[in-house]
Amino acid sequence: MKELMLGNKAVARGLYEAGCEFISSYPGTPSTEITEEAVKYDEITCEWAPNEKVAMEAAFGASLAGRRSFTGMKHVGLNVAADPLYTMSYTGVNAGMVIGVADDAGMHSSQNEQDSRHHAIAAKVPMLEPSDSAEAREFAMAAFELSEEFDTPVLLKMCTRVAHSQSVVEPGVREEHRKEYQKDIAKYVMMPGNAIRRHPIVEERTSKLACYAEDCPFNRVEMGGKEIGVIADSTSYQYVKEVFGDTVSILKLGLVNPLPEQLIKDFAAQVDTLYVVEELDPIIENHVRSLGLPVKGKDVLPICGEFSQNLVAKALGGEAHSGIALDDAIPPRPPVMCAGCPHRGLFFTLKKLGCTVLGDIGCYTLGAVAPLGAMEMTLCMGASISSLHGFNKALGAESENKTVAVIGDSTFMHSGMTGLANVAYNQSNSTVIILDNSITGMTGHQQNPTTGYNIKGDPAGKINLEALCEAFGFKNIRVIDPYNLEECENVIKEELAKNEPSVIISRRPCALLKYVKHNPPIAVSRDKCRSCKSCMKIGCPAISMKKLDGDEKEKAHIDATLCVGCGVCEQLCPFDAFTEGGKA
Amino acid sequence: MATKNIMIVGVGGQGSLLASKLLGHLLLTRGYDVKVSEVHGMSQRGGSVVTYVRYGEKVYSPVIDEGEADCIVSFELLEAARWMRFAKKDGVIVTNTQTIDPMPVITGAAEYPSQLVEKMTDKGIKVDAMDALTLAEEAGSAKAVNLVLLGRLSNYFDDIPADAWQEAIAACVPEKFLELNKKAFALGRG
Repeated sequence: MKELMLGNKAVARGLYEAGCEFISSYPGTPSTEITEEAVKYDEITCEWAPNEKVAMEAAFGASLAGRRSFTGMKHVGLNVAADPLYTMSYTGVNAGMVIGVADDAGMHSSQNEQDSRHHAIAAKVPMLEPSDSAEAREFAMAAFELSEEFDTPVLLKMCTRVAHSQSVVEPGVREEHRKEYQKDIAKYVMMPGNAIRRHPIVEERTSKLACYAEDCPFNRVEMGGKEIGVIADSTSYQYVKEVFGDTVSILKLGLVNPLPEQLIKDFAAQVDTLYVVEELDPIIENHVRSLGLPVKGKDVLPICGEFSQNLVAKALGGEAHSGIALDDAIPPRPPVMCAGCPHRGLFFTLKKLGCTVLGDIGCYTLGAVAPLGAMEMTLCMGASISSLHGFNKALGAESENKTVAVIGDSTFMHSGMTGLANVAYNQSNSTVIILDNSITGMTGHQQNPTTGYNIKGDPAGKINLEALCEAFGFKNIRVIDPYNLEECENVIKEELAKNEPSVIISRRPCALLKYVKHNPPIAVSRDKCRSCKSCMKIGCPAISMKKLDGDEKEKAHIDATLCVGCGVCEQLCPFDAFTEGGKA
Repeated sequence: MATKNIMIVGVGGQGSLLASKLLGHLLLTRGYDVKVSEVHGMSQRGGSVVTYVRYGEKVYSPVIDEGEADCIVSFELLEAARWMRFAKKDGVIVTNTQTIDPMPVITGAAEYPSQLVEKMTDKGIKVDAMDALTLAEEAGSAKAVNLVLLGRLSNYFDDIPADAWQEAIAACVPEKFLELNKKAFALGRG
């Protein structure tokens, strides 16, 4: 029966139908729901791994053992997993192995806009790229066939608009596909003597795949008007169809690495003007140019950001639509830390103390935005701790007593631990703050090795952060409650003053977790409030300045539907105007 | 038929995902090709969020662009104004009159524009404004704003009978909240 399905859910459906038995992933928008949907099938063992490299290697192990496997991640996650990927290209697989990677053109939820197709080219592995949910399911299934036929891991590339759009899918039934494990040292032990023999096999495979690309079910020509011919992949194909229908001819590419040659030449020969419409980097375009064909691409279309039908219409001379805007400036509505977010009190304290804060990837990156503005660097997963080490080594006493790293519990397990090992080993006088909110927050509440639960919510191994830091050799390990501003301030001051490395664990579960019991909303005494705006310094979405009946000027007001009674604002008010619910 | 475009806009956390799920389900059961595009992740943290719902004989693009929306359903007044330029010139904006201050307004860096309904109407766009929050509370929960607005939206679908909406609500809402949501929908539909 036809079903409206999220692209990521359709991938999970395809994995299920193709007989996939093992999935190990690390959450990352826009890839997370693939694994969250797959876990609903009892036939598939699903796990969250500490990071993408571990996830990919676990999936490789399952493939080696003879079970079809999958690992899913966002584009930057593939950088973390690049090491196993590039050598798995040499070993090939036993049972089929598929790697889902989701790009984020437009950077809805990412720190960069890299194009994952570069990894497919560099690692010399095939990459399939669906353009809607139906293809997401079909390509996920076909990827296993390709993987086994050509003895290679296969990349399945998603993008935000395919991953997070729902379109119609017709599900089928599951088929089991198992292989026996066979010892094969020459194939699977990649030491020089063996790898030297595997490399030519990789090159030969790429040549065979390039031949396959000429006439495979993923690439198709849709002839229409011949004045304009467009080569397009993914959602770019949808935008071109939306604007031009069959008034132009289209070569739709679903296998984006390796790219066909003759198919493109034949298509180009049939049209007057050839365009390549692809988001991000000019990969297909450069390939077309290398064939000596005249083509328009990034000279009329942007490299940065997402496409849309209007953007494609304007670039290719189609009909673009326009709307009417108001004359007023519309204030932006950027994302903010939630009311009751445990990170808020900590960032307030760091700002108050004038600390230089090197940050990391997670909800707490919002500590960089107004009014807190309390974070000065965010690079990639885990970089806070390693950068702090280098920062302090470079500046010594000048920075050691006022600079900290902040990193979430999940990010710490992902790649913060190795940075901390470096601090312990090379002995910088660094103060590292682990923001332990007992969950992976930003991507929508995934469990991790510190939470004590697995992806199904069942009890699992639980890594003790204090014991781990102790094992690293840290003598100064402090645990604080970020709702308690005085405690935060005192402990941070004390640890910064010490001439040896410290770890501070700021521990309080995410306010959005279902098991967290909230206090009644805080109430403001209109008589006591003197409009000093001390409470406005923490950027809580529940607090605003409002003039109610009888007020001469604006006074603090709390939105009782948002407030969870964390009490941080109460500690800031010099006039005791804030009181816990029911006492006002 | 030409593809129809509906946008659902609001503030992260207001429950727009249920509204788009329900609408998508309903349109699929009516035999249309449907695409729904959502935003997950960072933007959901109290930021401006938008969902695109497109349906027709064959839908290609998953997104709606400027000047293309037949209808914009807004959970919050400022968001209606923000996305207004996405409406067709003869489109309609169904909006909640509830206001939620964004952080730049809370911190005093910007002002919440006044008289937005009048200003949008003055630009020639049809605006159907309602206090959905009060009706939702009347139905039993402030969280039912989404069903109140869907109820109002349903008036603009001549081709979809009331019982089809009721069936879609029953299919998408947990049994426990069914009566509440049906009541909210009915109050919105008027």
